[in-house]
Amino acid sequence: MTEPVISVRDLRVWYGSERGPVRAVDGVTFDLRPGETLGLVGESGCGKSTLGRGVLGLLPRGAKLAGEVNYEGRNLVTASPKAIQRLRGPDLGLIFQEPLTRLNPLLRISDQFEETLRTHEPGLSKQDIRHRSIEVLRAMGIPPTRYRAYPHEFSGGMRQRIMIALALVLRPSFVVADEPTTALDVLVEAQIIGILGDLRRNFDTSLLFITHNLGIVAEACDRVAVMYAGRIVEQGPVTEVFARPQHPYTRELLRSTISLSTTGLHYIPGAPPDLIEPPSGCRFHPRCPSAMRVCPEQFPEQVEVGPQRVECWLHGPDELVPEGGREPLVREEITVADEA
Amino acid sequence: MPTKPELMTTPEQSAERPLMEIRDLKVHYELRGSALARLVGGEGETVKAVDGVNVALRKGEVLGLVGESGSGKTTLGRALLGLVRPTSGHITYGDLDLARMPQRQLRSVRRRLQMVFQDPHAALNPSMDLATAIGHPLRIHKLVKSKAEARERVRETLERVGLTPADQFLDKLPAELSGGQKQRAVIARAIICGPELLVADEPISMLDMSVRAKILELMLELGRDLDLTYVYITHDLATAKFFCDRVAIMYLGRVVEIGPTEEIFADPKHPYTKALLRAVPDLDPERKVPRDLPRGEIPDAAAPPHGCSFHPRCPFAFEPCGWEARDLRAMFERRWIRLGEDALAREEPLVGELTEVDAHEEMVRVRAGGRAAELTALLEEARADEPDDPLWKGVERIESDGGAVVVRFRPGIDPGLLRVNAVDVACHLHDPNLSHDH
Repeated sequence: MTEPVISVRDLRVWYGSERGPVRAVDGVTFDLRPGETLGLVGESGCGKSTLGRGVLGLLPRGAKLAGEVNYEGRNLVTASPKAIQRLRGPDLGLIFQEPLTRLNPLLRISDQFEETLRTHEPGLSKQDIRHRSIEVLRAMGIPPTRYRAYPHEFSGGMRQRIMIALALVLRPSFVVADEPTTALDVLVEAQIIGILGDLRRNFDTSLLFITHNLGIVAEACDRVAVMYAGRIVEQGPVTEVFARPQHPYTRELLRSTISLSTTGLHYIPGAPPDLIEPPSGCRFHPRCPSAMRVCPEQFPEQVEVGPQRVECWLHGPDELVPEGGREPLVREEITVADEA
Repeated sequence: MPTKPELMTTPEQSAERPLMEIRDLKVHYELRGSALARLVGGEGETVKAVDGVNVALRKGEVLGLVGESGSGKTTLGRALLGLVRPTSGHITYGDLDLARMPQRQLRSVRRRLQMVFQDPHAALNPSMDLATAIGHPLRIHKLVKSKAEARERVRETLERVGLTPADQFLDKLPAELSGGQKQRAVIARAIICGPELLVADEPISMLDMSVRAKILELMLELGRDLDLTYVYITHDLATAKFFCDRVAIMYLGRVVEIGPTEEIFADPKHPYTKALLRAVPDLDPERKVPRDLPRGEIPDAAAPPHGCSFHPRCPFAFEPCGWEARDLRAMFERRWIRLGEDALAREEPLVGELTEVDAHEEMVRVRAGGRAAELTALLEEARADEPDDPLWKGVERIESDGGAVVVRFRPGIDPGLLRVNAVDVACHLHDPNLSHDH
């Protein structure tokens, strides 16, 4: 197997708040191989965006980062801000959620590309810059006639294509795309997903695709990591995870998703937990239909189930489950009020 | 697990008078250009947000208004409650025409017509506790005599929307609630005066996946128990399919297809509806969204395409769909995306003038000077390269006329709604007089 491009080990991110530290990312481990797309999926507040930014060293001041993000033999967590700054762009790219606010409205598209390429590849001639930029814009479906236009002259979908082109023009080996299609319409979303799907073919870029939409994961990703309350509770190949989810949260999330084949409504009782005082043991246990007595007592170990890695006591390891730990968890009824 | 309730439509019911009837409704916004244009007066541009919509809303049904942003679905929904002033047309509700009523009178009618907003975090006043916020409509419409009575009504309504025990919620502020709880509170405020119609504008799109179904279920329950009629505005086809009895697909201010949900999803007739349905990513990783989806995006509503608004993106467009000069320019842009910089450098000087013509002409005449023959040859080459581009069906003739090149398009026809089975669809493909060979 090829070496991973990015290898994240036990990454933690926490913020200070009045009530104590918010553990937004709490011990996350994953690898990303060349040309691979990993979908990072979870509900709002599960820490997926924080994780995406943490990997690139783009956290706001006041956030603390610990663990390892290994890239080309270096741990980015301990690297100097200047060293990461140099990597961002030519090595590590980011595609934001809102293309409308991320392009400088006063600069022509050509100027934005020139600025980017001049900063990172000072040796390029003006002719080369133009050529490189137009080529990548064409791959994104932007006509070369629009190269000198301003951002406001483009529609939302076009701006997102330009943002993607701007990230790719430096040929980074790793890109984080944070909900890149959320603000877009159905047809445009499908177009952008198609473009991102072509990345590995045309650019050999590894992609961390952050989304709340399981349909998009099924469409665009090779592997998926399901996040809940700051942890990756299950990861594995998309086809396997979707066909045979091993973590109850993955299973319930898939069942709750309303798709064109939905004939009945299903939902997960309760609400996502508070990350300042998360539930003890497995964080999903208060909402979990399969919870056992061991679940609130001890943090689940990560176990391999087929090609998946899962954090759930249902899969053992048996020798660590205390006696009687497999009995169903008895708990108070969750009232409707709590679950809304 | 609740399943979708069957809508019983007996002959007597369908003959019943509709709850609300929308006839030829238009909501246009004038755009004023420069200060000079204002001084000189004259016609500014007009955005036709809603451009001639006819719908009869049946009592007790859930009607979905489905479309992308810019389709006019939200403007239409707001117009039904008199929150947007229509430019023309009628909204008949009982003996009233909401399109013509003064604001003062509309206010009393709104007790019966309510709205649920998209963003529950923005729809509640952050400094108002739930008892005050949800009881507010009661005070506005003077439906209660005392504070205690209002509080009692709020208590009942909170129970009704599942915020129980109600006493725990009466004095809470919105910040203390989860997203789903806030949306329940917004729904409570909408139903407290006993409305007949709820317009719900993307009521679950801001909520987490795991709680969306709960709010939909609540709305279904309330619909049954309180005998509500819903207008459900959404861009999400999956929830529309589950929730609605009838669906109206909107594109650029018009309804392009309307009919029973079942038929629209099983057998979509408009190419736009077909495209939307194919574009929804499926949960099955083996079923990929096809790549041959319509190109581009919803065009500028201030300058809608000639003929059928969807024709520039439509893979099935043919002769009468409304071809015009802009489509020729778009064809060249696609060509240059495909062929790259060299082709652009070679061809743009020739084509340049072709695109600087009035957008609505069904004929383009370019004085190409000495290069008329070259331009004609380029057009023929472009056609030979992509003969299946629907544009060429719309090009009637390319002629050299002295020193000029003339491109003539076939006359475009604005499609009206046609009945096909139980569905009305605005597409020439379904007009036997126009599409005999398609």
